[in-house]
Amino acid sequence: MKNLKIKYGLFCLGLLAIGLIAADHIDAPAVQGQTTDITDIYAFQGENTDNIVFVANLQGLLSPGATAGASFDENTLLEFNFDLDGDAVEDQVLQAIPRNGTMYFFGPTAPASTGLNSSVAVDATESSVMITPYGESAITANNAGMQFFAGPRDDPFFMDFAQYTAIINGDATEFNNPGSDTFAGSNVLSVVVEMPKSMLGGSGSINFWVTANSKQ
Amino acid sequence: MKIKQFIYLFAFMAVFAACSNDDDNTAPIMMDDDTMMMDDEIDFSGTFTQADQMGRPAVNTVFVSSASKDSFNTTIPSEQEAAFQAMFQANLEALSAAYTNPGDTNALGLDSESFTTLLATDVLNVSLDGVTTFFDGTNVLTGRALADDVITVELLLIFGGEDFMENPGLSNDNVDANDAAFSSSFPYLASPW
Repeated sequence: MKNLKIKYGLFCLGLLAIGLIAADHIDAPAVQGQTTDITDIYAFQGENTDNIVFVANLQGLLSPGATAGASFDENTLLEFNFDLDGDAVEDQVLQAIPRNGTMYFFGPTAPASTGLNSSVAVDATESSVMITPYGESAITANNAGMQFFAGPRDDPFFMDFAQYTAIINGDATEFNNPGSDTFAGSNVLSVVVEMPKSMLGGSGSINFWVTANSKQ
Repeated sequence: MKIKQFIYLFAFMAVFAACSNDDDNTAPIMMDDDTMMMDDEIDFSGTFTQADQMGRPAVNTVFVSSASKDSFNTTIPSEQEAAFQAMFQANLEALSAAYTNPGDTNALGLDSESFTTLLATDVLNVSLDGVTTFFDGTNVLTGRALADDVITVELLLIFGGEDFMENPGLSNDNVDANDAAFSSSFPYLASPW
């Protein structure tokens, strides 16, 4: 057991030494290890094909042992940005911010201002869902035609990031076959929203991105 | 009480009040009947400033130089192309030297400049009209599904050449799927480990 612990410790140190920065996991020094670190975002058609689903994941590489202690930060505002006319400026936003074990959502709504600074759109459609505690079944909520989830999930991202790093560092010349998923067995904190496509214009192509914003 | 002392006391009280105000974000007000007063009493005030930004997978990791990773995250997408496209192109050509050959393109028919112009504006293109996938062999950049092997797609576009056949040892990390099964129903992602 002691050996196992030491080995696990060395393994963790090894991961740290590699400096995991895949997808958007720990992609930049200022957000590394912070509650503002977005790991990945997803956008896909819902089970109900009239709906579109948006996912934002935060705080990657949570081991099962660390997941219960991980939490969304009340000083981090997550903003889902939707550009409907192709100019890479958000026309609609959906905001998510936690308070006391509940994730609150505002929008979608036209933002009061675009750019680097935001305030919470408290006058927009308000929804909320209890943040699912680690180890419990997913708690979801419905409001205004939308469906919401917030809580820990398996990290859906997969990649042999260790071998990628070895190649970039000149320590290897190609990927292994089979590769090894560096993100296997790790968790993230997820926010999932499903909404009618009609809320975003109903048809055509939109641009989507997520920002994590720190309270000043 | 002397005026000076009064001023000190007043200043102290003002500071104290300001500090204690910071703590009331989370405290729901309990009513006599134990129901909670909801959102009207929750403090959502303040200014929130962009710290991280993400559109397409792995873009900041792969194409942004170390010293610029924070500034990329704090640049709004509409200003990213002007600020970062040249850096993206230089880093792409350093990774995959074939792009420096005149006329060289990837399987999407994009040369070094046009490929990095697309990527430098870091937004995820999403179709509201049907299949949503990063790339499935037919549909290109219409979303990002949970099961999409986005890293292999990006490796193919960086290293795979015009026909996805070049540099096979670099064009696939040979991790093709997640370690947990996704659900077809909300919230779609698998339960945590």
